[in-house]
Amino acid sequence: MIEMKNISKWYGSFQVLNDCTTKVEKGEVVVVCGPSGSGKSTLIKCVNGLEPFQKGEITVNGVSVGDPATDLPKLRSHIGMVFQNFELFPHMTVTENINLAQIKVLGRSPAEATERSLALLNRVGLSEQAPKHPGQLSGGQQQRVAIARALAMDPIAMLFDEPTSALDPEMINEVLDVMVELATEGMTMMVVTHEMGFARKVAHRVIFMDEGRIEEDAAKEEFFGSPRSERSQLFLSKILHH
Amino acid sequence: MFTGFDFDVIQRSLPYLWQGMVFTLGLTMLSMAGGIFLGTLLALMRLSSSRILNLPAGGYVNLLRSTPLILVIFWFYFLVPIAIKKISGDAYAQGIGPFYSALIAFTMFEAAYYCEIIRAGIQSVPRGQVQAAYALGLNYRLAMMKVVLPQAFRNMIPILLTQGIILFQDTSLVYVVGLTDFMGAAGKVAQRDGRLVEMYLFAALVYFLLCFTASHIVKRLQVRYSVGR
Repeated sequence: MIEMKNISKWYGSFQVLNDCTTKVEKGEVVVVCGPSGSGKSTLIKCVNGLEPFQKGEITVNGVSVGDPATDLPKLRSHIGMVFQNFELFPHMTVTENINLAQIKVLGRSPAEATERSLALLNRVGLSEQAPKHPGQLSGGQQQRVAIARALAMDPIAMLFDEPTSALDPEMINEVLDVMVELATEGMTMMVVTHEMGFARKVAHRVIFMDEGRIEEDAAKEEFFGSPRSERSQLFLSKILHH
Repeated sequence: MFTGFDFDVIQRSLPYLWQGMVFTLGLTMLSMAGGIFLGTLLALMRLSSSRILNLPAGGYVNLLRSTPLILVIFWFYFLVPIAIKKISGDAYAQGIGPFYSALIAFTMFEAAYYCEIIRAGIQSVPRGQVQAAYALGLNYRLAMMKVVLPQAFRNMIPILLTQGIILFQDTSLVYVVGLTDFMGAAGKVAQRDGRLVEMYLFAALVYFLLCFTASHIVKRLQVRYSVGR
């Protein structure tokens, strides 16, 4: 479904991604972890072309992301993305947030879009919040709305960029619960996160990144059993025991 | 203190002054609307990564901002008719008249200032908002129209209005092309009746009251919108 071959990216002379190659199969849940500044977020943003890359090739469902001829808006409308800071549109109500792209990009009628939005809000447990503005919601609620907004586009895959990093601890689980549910339903997911509990529960593979490189790319059992690289062992010991 | 003054002249000339005020307000609003529209386009051009777009827009803004307003009005009033004659080859071609000269001059002049305000406003919208809009499959136009500009304008309303108040005062310059705005009307009555002190005091009072009230409203808006987010 998502295939990356030898991706390299530079900010000026600084190399943020160094020859990254990996794959996400249909229905697979891949967790990307690593220390901050290791390029995880950049890598995931390359998948839907939010970040341009200078070398290598990424294909999503056979469509090349880096190809200038690719209709990026169309490609992106098939890939859901959830951001660290939620990025709900503050000037719209919750329903309007979820409706916007359904109407403007997918061409659904306002009635059809609203029906879908309300169904999704119900699914993430936020039916009562529909007429409110994002500013009136807690962080966890905002992130669940953001997930609903992405799901409204009927995506073939979902990208999560540190979806729980900006949340207060007591709100992390309500977001993770929604993500676990999605994963068990068979959604293709690529998740940048430090939540190793989530990775243990639903991930199929874990990718460990450091200094722009993919240091480890292994099945979950293998990764948590005996990580091969020293860096990932060190990293795991740091985030698992505290 | 005011013996020898004749404040009756104000009451006698009120209908005429009112006409002038209607003109002033009309010109202010039209050039403000035009300036904001053009300024938005210029701001988008300046923020574009394409040199073909951002260089001309940058040049335009810098040129207009380094030029006295009165000179811009003269350009349009005196030079545009000459240009039209040259281009059309018709020696008797008409200019665009003083009103349209003034309107275009104000619009283009204000656009340069609005451009900078709007550019800052657009940049004040967090990058993540743009990314979120793109990630949903919105194209550049939709992302701007639905996500970025509505937020940018909300942040900018106070400063856009402040610029409008300055424009309202600047429109008094139209007397140079023979148009009669509020200031011009007051001036004409003052000259005709020899009541300079009375009329200019009155004009000053009217400008002060209108601008002061408007600034006050802007301040209240500022408070309201800064809490809103």
